[in-house]
Amino acid sequence: MSEGATEDLVTGIVVPVSIQYDYTAGEAASRFLAHIPEKRLVGQRHGDTGLVYVPPRGSDPADGEPTEQDVELGDKGIITTFCVVNVPFAGQAVECPYVCAQVLLDGADIPFQALIQEADVEAIHAGMRIEAVWVDDDDLAPTLESIRYFRPTGEPDADPASYKDHM
Amino acid sequence: MANNVAIVGIGQTKHNTQREDLSMPGLVREAAKRALEDAQMTWADIDAIVIGKAPDTFEGLMMPELFLADALGAPGKPILRVHTAGSVGGSTAIVAANLVKAGVHERVLTVAFEKQSESNAMWALAMKIPFAPPLVAGAGGYFAPYVRAYIERHHVPGDIGIRVAVKDTNNGLLNPYAHKQMKVTYEDVRDSMMLWDPIRFLESCPSSDGACAMVLTSESHAESGQARPAWIHGMSWRSEPTMLARQDKVNPVAGQECAKDVYAQAGITDPRKEIDCAEVYVPFSWFEPKWLENLFFAPEGEGWKLTEEGATALDGDIPWNMSGGVICTNPIGASGMLRFAEAAMQVRGQAGEHQVDGASTALGHAYGGGSQFFAMWVVRDSKP
Repeated sequence: MSEGATEDLVTGIVVPVSIQYDYTAGEAASRFLAHIPEKRLVGQRHGDTGLVYVPPRGSDPADGEPTEQDVELGDKGIITTFCVVNVPFAGQAVECPYVCAQVLLDGADIPFQALIQEADVEAIHAGMRIEAVWVDDDDLAPTLESIRYFRPTGEPDADPASYKDHM
Repeated sequence: MANNVAIVGIGQTKHNTQREDLSMPGLVREAAKRALEDAQMTWADIDAIVIGKAPDTFEGLMMPELFLADALGAPGKPILRVHTAGSVGGSTAIVAANLVKAGVHERVLTVAFEKQSESNAMWALAMKIPFAPPLVAGAGGYFAPYVRAYIERHHVPGDIGIRVAVKDTNNGLLNPYAHKQMKVTYEDVRDSMMLWDPIRFLESCPSSDGACAMVLTSESHAESGQARPAWIHGMSWRSEPTMLARQDKVNPVAGQECAKDVYAQAGITDPRKEIDCAEVYVPFSWFEPKWLENLFFAPEGEGWKLTEEGATALDGDIPWNMSGGVICTNPIGASGMLRFAEAAMQVRGQAGEHQVDGASTALGHAYGGGSQFFAMWVVRDSKP
C-alpha cells in the first residue's frame, strides 16, 4: 500500500439494524403487572427475611428464595436520591432538563427509577415525599408506563436514617 | 501447586473518537502486534487467545471471538471470549492469567477492545426495558444519583469531582496513547456543561475506539520480553446483583470483597502505604473518592480528602490514574485491560512520562455494569 492510500479507504458504511422481540414477563412480574390497571402497586415479600421487592422479579437475589407473599404498597413514597438529566440522547422520551429519581415506595425495601414532575428542579431533594400521577383511566395498561410520573405531596420529608440503606 | 504468572508483553492502540483508518480486526491486531513485539514473540509462539469486549450492542457485533479469530492468529488454537460489561478488560486478563496459573497454557495472548464509533454507546445503554418507562440516560444517568448520595452522605465539598478531572485530564497529556489530549484548568471543568447533575461534561469519560493486549507467560518464558516482567501477586473478581434490597450502591460490597481478596493474596495490609501507584476505573471523576474508600485507601467518608490534599496526583504519595485513566480514554471493553496494563507498565518501568519513579507494586482495577462486576490485580517487579 502506498503512502496516502488511507484517503482511498472505505472508512465506513451505515447499516441500520433493528430487533423486534417478544418478551415473556414470567409469573412474578405478571402478578405485579396485572394489578397496575387497577392503579395498585403490589410488591412481593421474602418469607424469611421480610424484604419487599417492587417491581418484583420472583426471587431475592441475595439467596435465590422466591418472594411469594403479595404486599399492597400504595402509590406514595420518597425520593432516596436523584440526578438532573440535561443531556439529550437518541430515543429520549422526556424533554430536558428532567429529574430521574430513585423512588422508594412506602413499605418497599428497594427503590426503582422514576420521573419526577410538577416541581421546580431546584426544589427536588432526597427524602422528599412523592406520589404517583397515573395516566387517564382509558389508557391504563399492565406496565409501569401507566404511571406518568411522581410529584411532591407536600408532606414533611422523611428522616434520612429511614432510607440510608435503601439507595 | 499454582504457577507464577508473568506479564512480558504489553501493547495498545492510539485511542481516538474514531479510528477510521482501521477496521475492527485491524484495531485488535494493532494492539496485539505491539504486545508481541514487546514480548519479542511471534504469533507462532502463542498457545491460546482470550478476547474481551463490552455489550454486543456497542458495535452490533456478535461473537467477536469468531469474527476476529483470524486477525489474532488463532486458527488451530483455543480462543475464548469473556464478557462482564465495563470490567471485561480486567476479567479477560484474569481468565488469561488463570490459564497460565493452572498450567493449561504457557503463553497466552489476551486482547480487549471497543470500536464505539461503529454504534452509539449512549443509545446502547439507554435501551427501553419492557414494562418500564424509558428513563435511563446512559451510564452517566445511571451513576449520577449514587454520586449525589455519596456527596450528601459524607458532606463532601462539591468540587472534588472537578479536582479529579483536572488531574486525570492533564495526566493524559503525558500519555501519547490517550484519547483526550487537552490541558484543562479548574475553571474549564467547573464551567463545562452539567450533563447529569452533579456530573459535568469534563468530569466524564469520552467514547473511544481502542484496543489493549498483553502476553502472559509461565515462569519459563518470563525473561523473553524487552523489559523486565511484571509478576501477578494477586487477582480477584466479584459480582453482586443489580437489583438487591438494602444494597449499598455508593460503596458496593462486591468491590470491598474483591479488594480484600486481592490484598490478602499479595500480602497487603495497608494499601495506601504498600502500593506505589494505582490505575483504577474512574469513568466519572467522582468515582475516585468513592473507590478510594471502596478499595480501603481511605476510611469510609474520607476518600475525598486524599484527592483534595493531592495524594493521588502523579507527585503525591499514592498516584492514581497516571495514564489519564478512563477520564481520558474509554474504549469500554478495553478500559479495564488498559488499567491492568498500566499497572504492569509501571512496575516494568515502561510508562514513559507518566512513570512513577521506582514503582514496584501497582494495582489495576476495573468495574462494570451497575457497579456489579469488579476485577483487580496487584503486580510487582519481583517474583511471588
